[in-house]
Order: sequence, then structure tokens, then C-alpha cells
Amino acid sequence: MQQITSFIKSFTLFELARGLWLTRGYLFSRKITIRYPEEKTPQSPRFRGLHALRRYPNGEERCIACKLCEAVCPACAITIESEEREDGTRRTTRYDIDLFKCIFCGFCEEACPVDSIVETRLFEYHFEKRGDQIITKQQLLEIGDKYEAQLAADRAADAVYR
Amino acid sequence: MSDDTVSIEVDGQLLSARRGAMLIEVTDAAGISIPRFCYHDKLSVAANCRMCLVEVEKAPKPMPACATPVMDGMKVYTNSQRAVQAQRGTMEFLLINHPLDCPICDQGGECELQDVAMGYGHGVSRYADTKRVVFDKDIGPLIATEMTRCIHCTRCVRFGEEIAGLRELGATGRGEDVRIGTYVEKSVVSEMSGNVIDLCPVGALTAKPSRYTARAWELLQHAGIATHDCVGSNLFHHTRDGRVMRVVPRENHAVNEVWLSDRDRFSYEGLYSDARLRQPLLKEAGEWHAVEWETALAAAGSALMAAAPQEMGFLTTSSASLEELYLLQKLARGLGCANVDYRLRQPDCDDQAHDPVMPWLGQNLGDLEHLQAALVVAGNVRKDQPLVAHRLRKAALDGAQVSLLNVRAYEQTFPTLVNDALAPAALLQELAGIAAALLSQGAEVPAQAQEALAKIKPTTRQRKLADSLGSAERATVLLGSGAQLHPGYSVLRQWASVVAAASGSVFGYLPEGGNAAGAWLAGCVPHRGPGGVSADTAGQTAGEMLRTPRRLYFLHGVDPEFDFADPQLAHSGLSGADCVIAVTAFESDALLEHADIILPLALHAEIDATYVNAEGRWQNANAAARPCGKARAGWKILRVLGNRLIDGGFDHNSARAVRGEVQACCESVRLDNSLPLAEALRVPAASRGLLRVAEVPIYAVDALTRHAMALQKTGDALRGAVHMSAAQAEKEKLTAGDTARVTQNGSSAVLLVHIEDSIPNGCVWIPSGVPGSEKLGPACGAVEVFKA
Repeated sequence: MQQITSFIKSFTLFELARGLWLTRGYLFSRKITIRYPEEKTPQSPRFRGLHALRRYPNGEERCIACKLCEAVCPACAITIESEEREDGTRRTTRYDIDLFKCIFCGFCEEACPVDSIVETRLFEYHFEKRGDQIITKQQLLEIGDKYEAQLAADRAADAVYR
Repeated sequence: MSDDTVSIEVDGQLLSARRGAMLIEVTDAAGISIPRFCYHDKLSVAANCRMCLVEVEKAPKPMPACATPVMDGMKVYTNSQRAVQAQRGTMEFLLINHPLDCPICDQGGECELQDVAMGYGHGVSRYADTKRVVFDKDIGPLIATEMTRCIHCTRCVRFGEEIAGLRELGATGRGEDVRIGTYVEKSVVSEMSGNVIDLCPVGALTAKPSRYTARAWELLQHAGIATHDCVGSNLFHHTRDGRVMRVVPRENHAVNEVWLSDRDRFSYEGLYSDARLRQPLLKEAGEWHAVEWETALAAAGSALMAAAPQEMGFLTTSSASLEELYLLQKLARGLGCANVDYRLRQPDCDDQAHDPVMPWLGQNLGDLEHLQAALVVAGNVRKDQPLVAHRLRKAALDGAQVSLLNVRAYEQTFPTLVNDALAPAALLQELAGIAAALLSQGAEVPAQAQEALAKIKPTTRQRKLADSLGSAERATVLLGSGAQLHPGYSVLRQWASVVAAASGSVFGYLPEGGNAAGAWLAGCVPHRGPGGVSADTAGQTAGEMLRTPRRLYFLHGVDPEFDFADPQLAHSGLSGADCVIAVTAFESDALLEHADIILPLALHAEIDATYVNAEGRWQNANAAARPCGKARAGWKILRVLGNRLIDGGFDHNSARAVRGEVQACCESVRLDNSLPLAEALRVPAASRGLLRVAEVPIYAVDALTRHAMALQKTGDALRGAVHMSAAQAEKEKLTAGDTARVTQNGSSAVLLVHIEDSIPNGCVWIPSGVPGSEKLGPACGAVEVFKA
């Protein structure tokens, strides 16, 4: 019996017709593609893009060189060196992220006890020469300074779920 | 079952235990884990952290395992609900005042509190009130404090009292107000203070030099050997990226137990000193140029080829490894030159033919604990070999009579029978007096000494010392590291051995440096080849080489200013040479002035190396860190030079191969300290005039230590100064704080005056090997002091 129905279905191109019917449905429905880059898709506050190092409102860098992000990073993309700053606090002297290695898993952000290393909503960036993909502490702090308002708003929005 | 053992049951497991043992010792031995903070097997039981509470059947309350002696038939539950509840309760209380600043704490990742909190802590604290805050204390350049983290286990306090012998840290206040600290604001001065860093179960006491630089999980651990004293403490180099970040002790009960002296722990900083040489240098027409290894080696090779064998001198120190020492003498002797010596600080080598195969302790380090009497002659054992002093301290606390005779009455950390200062000649007379006292008691004294003893009337002190050594079943006479500076070293040694023989004591040496024993075994002395075999032709000693300047000097790891007992002699000797080749790790002005070719040397953490300690224990360690810059291992440099200049015999492709060759030479070596005596022993009369006496201070013994920044900031890092007794100062019309012009053999220096009553009259004590003393003559010798 099954063989007979199968024979009839293939002979009458039933599957093809069904597929085309689905296509017809999408032909008239609302489109979800957008005109990138003029148009952008909406982003979640939890979006994991380019990294940044944040500061406290008084301008002090948040990072305390605990190296938990370095330890948790599954791609070993973070390199930190630290020492005692003149005022006796524990600070990094080097904080490099290799963006070729980074898999944007967000573990560094999760591990950070002081919300210092964060991932911004930026995903449109490029490098022009080899070596540029390693972003330094200074660059990370600059990104943080530039997007602080957005970063703070995003952390606040997500705080209720933490 | 004998009377000494009892059987107990722990968690249903039957265990037998020594009667009187504490429960925690038994469970530790059986591998049953009980959490603890205050208990440490080398310290007394305090039972104040309460973390080790366990349930004991029929006991009304949980009992602390560290302070509960085992009893026959005792039933213990370490995991019962009651035990765990008690442990959790304790943990919660401990965490109430702990800051939980683990992310910035250096102990994070290796913290006992963190580990135990993972097992017994709650995820969330129920405590919402304010936490206790304790202000930090500055206790010196070695230990960083963060006293808010302290959980009052008092391990550091007990360490000070029981091990270091100095009550430096203590607890003040009660209950919540307990504070650990120095009673008055001051630095911790113990030479073993670094051990409190390991003992501290939390991050309250951490290492200051490595503060905030590395995390426990980033570090690789490499076994190593300390090279600053003849103990050869076992240690671990912790490295990150090929760089030593810190040093911690490696347990070896036969050598250093679980301790490490500060010198061994913090000297690694010298590896990364700015003065470290990073590439070969060549002097051309008075100008220094950085060159490639190939060029520098070629230059060194042709200089060695050009010089007449008898006109060369090879000098090194006892900090070099066995492999380097062996290849150095092999190179020298291969070139036909027997002038090779490591004894830069020993002016008197008259009796060298009678030297033992190597300067041996005469016993094992562990045996020192069981002595009943000991006499240390001319050695500040507390600073020279802190871990030997620790063993002697244990013996002294057990009732042994430990005595010290020195050129200065150095403070010790244990009760001593005699600890007196004697001028160099008086020291010899004192030993002769002890021998005379022993003779009068009917002891057998070697015939050669008897004539000199006939005229001596022993003093009370000499009788006391003779009694203590003569009546003890296990006694020893140790010749300390300061003895070699003595102008009459050979006579001093003979008298010390006479005292040892007459009193039936073991005669032993506490040689200077980390590898003096290795230097003798490797044949790095002018009259002996490898394995202690007498050399066919005896060369010149270090002193002779400098007094009659050679045309060429080969300095291996030698700093001309600070490694010689007589820096002025070294200066004149090296100035008289046509060519000086220096294989060295550190750059200095004196070296740049004297040398013509400088080859950068890799240091002990950076090379595969073997060291022989005073008990004759061969200990080897593999390279832990990357050599600094282009520095190379000494054995490689010497092998390349050997290959260039000598046919065959330098084909070693590893340090192991070199060691194997030395080992083969030393197969028939039997350690024996017995000293054949000279014809007739003399007792020299005291010299007239003012005499300089000295020691090489603890943090000036070798180049690595001298370049370790943190150690150089401690109070033990001495600078050149004139120390003298109040009476002597009055005679010289000087007061404390004056500056004095010190003149020795035509060279002079202006130094500060310190008044110390520990120095005998007729002597001034000026440390050797420290900045300020490099302009002066011999460490022990005639001196003139005027007010500047």
C-alpha cells in the first residue's frame, strides 16, 4: 500500500507542489531581511561584541588584575601582567586581548568580579595590518570611555536577572 | 599490642596509633582529611581555630582533633552530622570578619581558607553587619601584610617563638579585638622570617618582592637547590614565562625540613637586577663594545693561547656549580696551568696539603639536633648557615650546651653556654687553653700539642668549655665560615682539631658558599685534582696569584670588589695583568675597569647544575628559568673554550655528562676530617696595635645576594662601617656617629663609627664584601683609625 502511495506522489510531483506552496506563502508575507548597513537589527543588552575596560565614575580604572578572565578564557586570548602601583593597589601593566583568538563567549565578562572587562555592542570593526588584532589596555580603556553610557545602561538592564 | 600503641576507630576504619599522639596526626598518616588552620606539624598545638572539630563517641561536645590525644578504643567520626555541623559553624564564624577580597589577594588560588570554604562554607553569608578592619603594619621589605585577612591561627606567632627563636610577632587584645603584629612598630629581623609567608593559611602575610605579580595557577614549579650556604636547602623555583617569580621551600627532612632562609628565598631577585649582563662585551682601545658570542669566544680563546701557561691565573668562587668548577680546572690544567683556586677569602693556605678531600660537616645535618655539646669556632652560624643554627637551636633547647667563640659576640637565637668575642690571637690561645684543660682532666692530647700546652694555665671559661665538650657523649667542634678570614687559619684549624680529638668530639667544617665541598671534589684548588687526588704540580693559591701578578686572569663568576678577603690586593693583582677574561653574571665598574673580555654567565636557576653540601650530599637541579639576555651556562662556555684550545676531553653535551665524569673521579672518595698535625703546634703571641676583624655579612656572601633588591633593604644588609667597643672608641677619641678614616696597607676609606660592646678591645670590626669596604685591605689585619 505504502509503495503505491509513494509511486502516485512521485508521479504527480506532489512534494514539489507542496514546496512551491510554502514558497508562495513567504512571497506574500512580511520580509525579515534588512538593508544593512543602512538598517540594523535590534540588539540585546547582553550582546557580545568588541571588548572594553570600564572605569569607575571617578575615573579610576576598575580592573584589579585578579586575572580571573585570563584564567577562564577558553581560547587563551587574554594576556595580563600586573604589579603593585605606587599607591599600593594591585593593577595591570599589560592587558592584551587577541581578537583572532577570542571566540566571544563572554566568560571574561562573567568572571570579572568588578565588571571591568565587558563586551560592548560593537561588532563592526576591522584590522588593517597583522598585529592590529591584539588590542591593548589603552585601547580597551578608550573603548570603555567612549561607550560607558551604553555599557552602564546595559549592565543595569541585565542586573535584575543576575 | 604493645604498651606504646593504641587502636582507635576513625569513620569505621581501624587504626593503630602511638600512645599520646594527637588525633590529627593519626588521621593525617592514614590519609583521612580533617580541615585545619592553626595546626602545623612543625609547630606546637594551639587549638585556637576550632576548624578540626570532630565527633568523638561518648564525648559531650565535638573535640578538636589537633588537641585530642588518642585513647585505646576511641571511636571518632570526622564526617558525622555533628562533626560537619561544628565545622560549618566554625567556618561561618571565620568568614564573618574575613574581607573576601580574594581577587586582589596574592594567596588567591592557593589559600587554605579558600579551599576549606569551598568544602564547609555557605554560598551566601548570613552576616550583614560591618566587618572588622585592621590597619596594616610595615614589618620590613620582605613580608607584605594585610592584617584584615588574618584569622588568628597564630602560626606566625608560634613560628617566631619556637623556630626562629625571636618573639617578633604576637597577638594583642582579646576576642574580636585580637591583633597580630609586632608589639612596637618595627621590622621583623629573623633571617628565617620568610617562612611565615608559607605558614600563613590566608593572605595576611605574603611575599613583598613578588607582590601582585603572579597568580598561583600561572606558575610552573621547578625543583632547585639553594646556593648561598653549605646546607644546600631544597627549594622550588616558581616560574612564569621562563622567569622566576618566587621561591618556596621543598620539603626534605634530611636537609632543610620544611624551612628556607630568607637569603635562599629572596635572592632570586638578583637574577633580574639591572646590573645583569645580557651580552658579551669586548674592550677595544679602551672602549667597550657589545659583540656576538662567536667574536667574544674567539677573542678569549686567542688570549688564552697567547699567554704562557705559568703566567695565567684561574679564579672562581664557591657559588659556582660542580660542573663549572670541574671544567674550569680541566681547562686550566689542560692548558698546562695549575693556578686555579676558589679560596678568594682565605688568606692562609699554608696547611693546604693536610686539607681533607672536602670540608665535611663530619656528621649529617640531622645529627646536629641530637648533640649534647657543640663548639662553633669563628663562625656566625645564625647568619652564615641559618638552617644549621636552627638545628643547633633544637639541640640547645633540648639541653645541649652550645658555645661560640668568634671575633665578635654575635647574637644567637638560642641559649648558649659561652658566646664570647676574642681577638684573632686570643682565639688561638683560647683553643689551646681548652686543650690544656682537657689535658689536665686526663684526656689524650696529640703529642705535637703537648709541649705548647705545658705552659698554659686554663681559665675558668676554658675549663667550662672543656667540661662541656669532654663530658658530652655526642659533641662536635665546628669550624665556622669566618675561620677562613682568620690570618692564621691553618693554626686555628689545627687547634680546633686538637680540641675535638682530645674531647672525643666530631670535628666538622661549615664551609663558606654553596659549593665549597664541590670545589674540592672537582679539583678547583691548586694542589688537588678531581676526587681529591694530589696534583702532579701544585699551582699557586689565589693569594699567591694576586701577590705576584699574572699576565692573564680568568675570573669565573668573580666580582673583584666584593668576593676577595683583600680587595686591594685583588685590585693591584688584576691591574698588573695584560688581559683579564671575566665570565660573570653582573656588570660592575671595577669589572669594566679591569677586564678586557666579559662573557655573560647564566646563574643557578637558569642552568642544570650540581651542588655538594657540607654533609657531602650531591644535589642536582635542572634549569628553571630562561637565561637573562644572551647569557649562557658556565659549563657550556668552558666547554666551548676547551674545545677550541685543547684536543679532546671537552665533548660533553649535557651538564649530566660533566657530572658523570666528576662522579667517576670521586668514586673512591671517603670523607674524613682527621687532620695530620704539624711538627709541633705553636700558640702565637698577640700582636700589638689595632687589628681589623670582619665577617662576610649574610647578604654580601655572593653576587646574586648582593644584587637582590629586597634583601639589600633589610637591616642585615650592612654597609662599610667601623664597629668598636666603647672602651676602644674612647682610646681612639671617637664617638658613635663620627666618621673615621680607616687606613690599611696604604689604602684608606672614610667610614661611619658604630659603638658595639660585642667587639673585643684592640679590634675594630669592619664587614667584608660590602660597599665601603672594597677600598680596604685584608678582612683581618692591622689597621689604623683616625677621626676624619
